[in-house]
Parts: sequence; C-alpha cells; structure tokens
Amino acid sequence: MYQEVILDHYKRPHHRGLREPYAAQVHHVNPTCGDEVTLRVALSADGETVSDISYDGQGCSISQAATSVLTDQVIGQSVGAALKTVAAFTEMISSRGDVAGDEDVIGDGIAFAGVAKYPARVKCALLGWMAFKDALVQASESDGALASSDESVEERP
Amino acid sequence: MTAASKTLDLVRIRSDFPILGRRMRGGNQLAYLDSGATSQKPLQVLDAEREFLITSNGAVHRGAHQLMEESTDAYEQGRADIAAFVGADSDELVFTKNATEAINLVSYVLGDDRFDRVVGPGDVIVTTEVEHHANLIPWQELARRTGATLRWYAATDDGRIDLDSLELDEHVKVVAFTHHSNVTGAVAPVAELVSRSKAVGALTVLDACQSVPHQPVDLHGLDVDFAMFSGHKMLGPTGIGVLYGRRELLNAMPPFLTGGSMIETVTMEATTYAPAPQRFEAGTPMTSQVVGLAAAARYLRAIGMDAVQEHEAELVGATLDGLSGIGGVRIIGPTSAADHRGSPVSFVVDGIHAHDVGQVLDDEGVAVRVGHHCAWPLHRRFGIAATARASFAVYNTLDEVDRLVAGVARAIDFFGRD
Repeated sequence: MYQEVILDHYKRPHHRGLREPYAAQVHHVNPTCGDEVTLRVALSADGETVSDISYDGQGCSISQAATSVLTDQVIGQSVGAALKTVAAFTEMISSRGDVAGDEDVIGDGIAFAGVAKYPARVKCALLGWMAFKDALVQASESDGALASSDESVEERP
Repeated sequence: MTAASKTLDLVRIRSDFPILGRRMRGGNQLAYLDSGATSQKPLQVLDAEREFLITSNGAVHRGAHQLMEESTDAYEQGRADIAAFVGADSDELVFTKNATEAINLVSYVLGDDRFDRVVGPGDVIVTTEVEHHANLIPWQELARRTGATLRWYAATDDGRIDLDSLELDEHVKVVAFTHHSNVTGAVAPVAELVSRSKAVGALTVLDACQSVPHQPVDLHGLDVDFAMFSGHKMLGPTGIGVLYGRRELLNAMPPFLTGGSMIETVTMEATTYAPAPQRFEAGTPMTSQVVGLAAAARYLRAIGMDAVQEHEAELVGATLDGLSGIGGVRIIGPTSAADHRGSPVSFVVDGIHAHDVGQVLDDEGVAVRVGHHCAWPLHRRFGIAATARASFAVYNTLDEVDRLVAGVARAIDFFGRD
C-alpha cells in the first residue's frame, strides 16, 4: 500500500497551508478516526478555473498524501476538468482494485491503487478529495458560474 | 508457544478458538489484540447455541408446548448463570440488544414522569470525560429532553477520572461512569464514586463492558444501582447485552420499549405491565444468544476470573514495558500494570498516525484498533485525533505482545526513514 510516492507526498506535502483569497472553505471530518481537513478553493476571476487549493488538517499518511496529490492535479484545471479528475480518482479508489486508474488523468493518484484493496482506508484517501468537491460546488454556486458544467456534481454525498 | 503464561494452560485454551490459528493476508498467523472491541468465541459457546437450536428451539414465555418449556428453561437458566457470574440475582438482570441499549433504557426511564426518580429542569446528570460515547450521548439526550444540566468529571493526565474536578451536590440525580476505560484502561474508584453519589442521593450507573470479561466483578459488592455489559466482549455472541438494576429500582421503573411479552393485562384502552425483568424485555427475546452468553460465563468461570485477571496483567505489563522501550511511543493511560489498570493499552507514536501504525501491524497479522475508539472527547482532552489500541483477552500470549512491539518498531523504522 505504501508506495514511495505516497510517502514522499506525506513527508513533503504540496500546496499545504491555508491561503487567501478563496471562494469557499469547507471542513470535513472522517468520523471513524477523527481525521480532519480544512480546505479552501479559489477560482479565477471568470469562475472557470481552479486557481488555488489550500488546506490544513491532520490525518494518516494516506489522507495527507492523497490531498497533496489532489492539489498537484487540479490547480490550474478548468472546473469541469477538475470534477472529471475527482470522478476518475473516486472511481479507482472505490473499485476494490478493479480499476487501475489513468495516470494522464489522476497523476500520482495511481499510486493509491493499492489502497483500493483496503476498504477501511478508502475514506482516508477520499477525505481531501471529497472536501475539494464540496468546496468547488460551493464556490461555483456562490460565483453563480456553473452548477451543471459536469454531471458528476450530482454525485456529491 | 515459547512464551507460555505463568497462570494458564494457553495451548488448551487457544485450541477452543480456531480463529486464532488463521493465516492472514500477509501470510502471518493472526495475533488478535482487539478484544476490547469484540472478543473471539470459543467452541463451547458456539456448540451451546447450536445444541439449543437443534434440540430445544422455541418461543420463550409463549404457549405451552414442550419446546417452549425447554426454551424458557434455557433462557431463564442462562439468566441465572450470568447473574451468578457477576454477583447479582437473576431477577435483577434484563437482556437487551447490547450494552448501549441498556444505557439507553436507563436514560429513557429516568426521563419518564411515571418514575419517582425522574430527572427534570434544575437537576444535574453527571458523567466523565473518559467515557465511551455510549455512556455520554444518552445522558446528553436525557439532559436535552428534560431540561437537566449535564456535568462531568474531567480526566487526569494519565487518563483517570479526576475526582477533584467536580463536587456533587443535591441537584445531582445520576452519576454514570465506566468501570474500566476502553481507551486508557484506568480502573475507576467505584467505591469512592458510589459513596459520593449516595451522599447526595444520586443513582449510580456503571458501564462494566470492559471489566466483566477481564476481572471478577461482584455487582452487589460494588453497590451500584445500575450496570451494563455486552455479550460479545466476553466471549459470547453479538446481539445480546445485559442490564443490571437493583431489584427495588427495576420494580419501580416504567417500561422503555413496549409490546408483546412485557404485559400483565391488555385492553384496547390501557395496559398493565409484567414485573421486572420481563417488563423490560418487549418482543421475542434473544434466546440462543442468552444460551451462548451463559456458556461464555461458565467458560470464564471454569478458568477462574482471578486467573484471567492475573494473566492479562502479565500481558499488559509486558506491553507497557515493550512499548515504553521504544523511543517516540507515548502510552495514553496509566503506565504501570500494577496501578489499577485493565486490559486496553492505547498509545501514540510521534510523527506517525495511528492508522499507519495499525496498517503496518495489520500487514503482519497483528490486529489492533485504531481511531478514537468511540471516546472522542477523551482524545480531544489529550490533543490527539487517534490512538492505536492493543487489548487483550484470556487467550492472548506473550508471543503476541512481542509481535506487537516489534511491529510498532518496524512502523517507526518505515515511516521515519527519509
């Protein structure tokens, strides 16, 4: 499960820390273990691009590294592309190992394919990703920009 | 087994638990160190349930055929065996779905104005900061329903109930506390808390889930008003918990759940209720589970709870010694096995999240609990989100403790290297 790339992201997380400005901030908790993340999303002036994701929190190597990978993949993407990235990572991590994942879409996220075989750890890997999805929807709604740019918005838990 | 127990024939005991021989996904034999969450079941318990189901199964307390008679006898004999195991009389035990339901039963009845001990506005409910959520949230809810105030004893730095943190007065109507903390292992000063509660006329509620499987418990001797424990943590089945209540209290209490079996007479307008304990056992009861739990009580009794306690103290001592010898490991709870301490040993490792420690152990077949163990406020008190917890039962060995300690050292090595 613990690929080197996961340990690297865990020990040296990318884009960590809370920054201004931001369009939405969310706080997500994994109630089974108490891990938590506070995550902010900033959008471009036209509301179409994820210009920054900043975060703070505490959790296991899987949750922290997965959030770091998220920021690498999604900062700079269009809102629609970001949601597709989230959907691809979610599909892989929820597949019990049946979906290998596409490195072109989820980047270092493919290192988490092994995590998918451990059902108890799937929520760890998704903590930051679900927080981002929630924050992105809130940011987009407050921005008035989208709502329907991608159907996966409707999948939010 | 190279590191045999001083007190028990562990080879024989372990042969009663086939699951302990299992090879796990990493290829290693299971080392089951999570009995505080749920214990494994011996063949004697499984056989007792099966024997009952293939010979005597019928509906308890209903009708008049032979199977019903045998089922009712098995159920009531089970009640008597379990009562004897914890130093109570059989009419003082109520069977519930689990210990959580037993606490809810008491907390709901304490909000019922038919009960002369009913809690109301201006009254105070007391619990402690070391409780499992099951002995906190029902009291939060009772306070919310009744307008009473919830207060609590704080936890000390070594995870005990801090007796100096709260003064009881005559407004306190109930004091609920755990016998053994499911996180820190600290054993509560039951006599002192009972004495203080009695001095102000408050009822006492003892969560005995973590004590009954691990030490001799004499509920009459402890002199508490209510106590509860679960079947599945004491080598018995899931789906069965036990509420103990002093006879005069149970007889004075209105029902919690209502329906069949708990009645005396029923008309379309009104119902009168059966005496305790039937009054609190609405619906068809858990019959084979009671038979299995009684077998578990007999199994433990045959070994002897003094011997069980001594054996587990040896395991806890070895665990505390082993983990204390690893730099960066901090025990959350009393650090001496001799110091009023039960089975669970919870710990944190500097710089490594409990989930990651648990994962490394799991890969080696060592099963521990990670997380907040349903005691989130206690973890907050210590400024931590999660701990890893090893907890023991009669079947564990010093070899398994050695595997735990070696696995923690390996986790530090793995996550520490740069």
